[in-house]
Amino acid sequence: MSPQRAGARAPQRQRFIDEVRGTGLIVVAALLLLVFAVVQTALYGFPEGQVGIAIAFCGLIAIGEMVRISLPGDREAAPLGAAGALAYALLGPVGEVNTSHDLWQVITVAGVGTFIGALPHVAAGRAPRSDQIARRILVTAFAAAMFRPLYVLGGFADDSRWDDAVELVLIAALAVLVDAVLAALVRADRERAPFTRALADEIRAGLGLSSAVAATGVLIALAASTMGLWAIPVFCLPLLLVQFSFRRYAAIRETYLQTIRSLSRVTEVGGYTETGHVGRVANLSRSVGLELGLSDSDLRDLEYAALMHDLGQLSLLEPIPGGATVFANVADQHRIADGGAEVIRQTGVLDQVATIVERQADPYRRPHEQVDRSLPMASRIIKAANAYDDLVGGSLESDRRLEALERLRLGMAYDFDPRVVETLARVVGRGARV
Amino acid sequence: MRDYPLPARLYIEVVLLAAAIAVALSVLSVTAWGPTALLLALMVVLERTRFDLVAQGDVAASVGTVMTLPVATAAYIIDGPAAATLVGASALAVAGRTGWVKRVFNAAQFALAAGAAGLVYVWLGGPTHALANSDFPGVLLPILAANLAYCVINAVLLAGVLWFAQGAPPLIVLRGTILQSAPSYLGYGLFGLMIAVLWVGVGIGPLSAVLVMLPLFVARWAIAQYALERSAYEATIRTLVRAVETKDHYTRGHSERVSHASVMIAKVLGMGDDRLHALRYAGILHDVGKLGVPTKILQKTGRLTDAEFQAIALHPVRGREMVEGIEFLGEAFEGILHHHERLDGRGYPMGLTGEEIPEFARVIAVADAFDSMTSTRSYRGARTVQEAVDELIANRGTQFDPRMVDAMIAALEREPWQHRPAEQLTPEDGEFLPVAVDHDDPAFQPVVLGERRSPRPPR
Repeated sequence: MSPQRAGARAPQRQRFIDEVRGTGLIVVAALLLLVFAVVQTALYGFPEGQVGIAIAFCGLIAIGEMVRISLPGDREAAPLGAAGALAYALLGPVGEVNTSHDLWQVITVAGVGTFIGALPHVAAGRAPRSDQIARRILVTAFAAAMFRPLYVLGGFADDSRWDDAVELVLIAALAVLVDAVLAALVRADRERAPFTRALADEIRAGLGLSSAVAATGVLIALAASTMGLWAIPVFCLPLLLVQFSFRRYAAIRETYLQTIRSLSRVTEVGGYTETGHVGRVANLSRSVGLELGLSDSDLRDLEYAALMHDLGQLSLLEPIPGGATVFANVADQHRIADGGAEVIRQTGVLDQVATIVERQADPYRRPHEQVDRSLPMASRIIKAANAYDDLVGGSLESDRRLEALERLRLGMAYDFDPRVVETLARVVGRGARV
Repeated sequence: MRDYPLPARLYIEVVLLAAAIAVALSVLSVTAWGPTALLLALMVVLERTRFDLVAQGDVAASVGTVMTLPVATAAYIIDGPAAATLVGASALAVAGRTGWVKRVFNAAQFALAAGAAGLVYVWLGGPTHALANSDFPGVLLPILAANLAYCVINAVLLAGVLWFAQGAPPLIVLRGTILQSAPSYLGYGLFGLMIAVLWVGVGIGPLSAVLVMLPLFVARWAIAQYALERSAYEATIRTLVRAVETKDHYTRGHSERVSHASVMIAKVLGMGDDRLHALRYAGILHDVGKLGVPTKILQKTGRLTDAEFQAIALHPVRGREMVEGIEFLGEAFEGILHHHERLDGRGYPMGLTGEEIPEFARVIAVADAFDSMTSTRSYRGARTVQEAVDELIANRGTQFDPRMVDAMIAALEREPWQHRPAEQLTPEDGEFLPVAVDHDDPAFQPVVLGERRSPRPPR
């Protein structure tokens, strides 16, 4: 235990407050809504003769939650569950029955269904994140709050189903937007990324899937008037196809990352670099990149490049002692960078990554020259993260850490981008697992 | 068009003429131009935004290509066969690099198939222009029959052009196409029904087509992404493995050839697709642990000391450790770890015997030795395939599993070994260097680890 421990208490509390701010608010709001809704529903029950409908949708939401999928970028989705909840919120007549459930009953069905569906995952030790469930409840509540009062008071227009459909589509589209905003809030909070960047990422990553979900929700709600509850299985089919496609996409992305991670260890197994170096540089680079507001795809390139940044060492005749490139002479540093980039470029599909690796040895600024604007941010990050890890290694001693940071700061005038070094200092100062 | 033989040209012209007549008749007999025009517009939008699909021969491809069918089905329910014919003909607008002959022929093919499907639907009493609750589930039968007709006519027209243009046996093509596409065609018909139910049943018009096609469109986008990512993945893993092989010039391309030979053996043994997939990667990655062996030992000339041999014998263990994080490999882990075991228990790293050795490892052992013998090494030239086979037979039952050796020989009869030694490097100075140990070559198999030393892999 270092003597600094006592002093670290206050910042720790601050950190807790920081972390709870956005996500915590969302989770607490959803929880309060849910509790209130369940109490309301328990007191007043469902409308006469419509319990069956509620159970059917609850079942759909539960099944959807059971078969939820993981998506690239550490995202999760339960398309069927989300579509089921949206459909129940937007439900008009089901066959001959004119539904009359209200906002609270919608929230109850969505909440209970999600919890039932999450049970098998909890039993298997993969509890869903609380913010995922909170988002589902808030988005469903939003759609229900927009639609239920309109419908329960006025019903659908008798003459024009087209108008009703447009109304549903608009509400569903707004719900998609609300979902993206909530997701971005959580992400900005969890990964310390700027909000606008996170929102752009969420919209880009989620728009395809959530528009399919929204369309399915609207379709079920509309078709139920003629097909009754048969609308549920029939209109879930296209969404199942979507889910299947996304699952395959996510699986290959995951395999890709796992493979790069594994094969990037060649330099360690070959004795060119110290064990764990590559993984630590990749993690540190990612954290710095997140905080500097890099987009999802830039982060991915950064991570791949960081994992393969030492690949060029394979072309050296004799390993550098300890593998620390920061101690190698500049010519060797460039040779390593170029050698690695050449291998990566041969894949024909990772040109961006190759460029990042190629330029990792370039200084931020040369004497008497302007800052080189073409130097990729990812290269600057890797250069700093690599130097830091070469100096500190796996050591957790704060003395070594401070010494290394000092050395990076001294190099700020030319070697390192000051913004990157400051962010890196913040990241390691937080004691982020690097 | 000139590139095609005369019968093919005549055939194409007849099909085009038939399609032109069908389209002309349809234009005259369409009753509800509003919905038909909207469906056509939707079709054109869908066709113009086709994604490049790399993956083939699996579900991915079928998700990607069958977009005409749902809209055509909706068209004949909403407005009869004429509308379906026009929707089929809209394939003319397809985006992409297809030549115009192919494009026009495909459009004609789809127009005729969709028109025929519409006729079958009406002939079987399927309702058009309206759908009521009482039509369910009776309407399903005409739809299934109609889309079966679509599938068959499409396949017949396709088999015809392949027969006349390339001499492909028509019956086999016909059977293959129908078996492959029928299930998905019948399934996609349901999407057409969904559009129609909402369009004329619920009464929300063209919005229904947009809402139903949106998830399909998203699915197709995701599959296109998957296909791109998968080919990028393949390219990356190959390149990285090749980079690893630069440590030893003589083993260039070795991993991919071993992978290829392993799959050849596995196909003879009748392994399923999933295992073939894993084995392919096991082959590519089997020697990745050699990186942990110092280069000077790998390239050493002269007899190895016991310690040096121990270092080499560790490479399967190192390889296994390296790929540990790649989850999908599964069975391949064992294949990589044990690919130097011998049936008689004198192999390494664990000295397993007979059936104790995992099946993947027994396959890779034969493929590895075979490729090593047929390629050039620093100390000798490449041996012929026949010599390598003789060597495999000589070690059948002692070093190699007889089943795998037989399978390799059978595979070579089916598909001759493509890789010529000339593709590989030859020693620059034209002389072969004396080397005591080649860890892959059965003729040089060292017997240092005579008996079982360690029951567990050394760490």
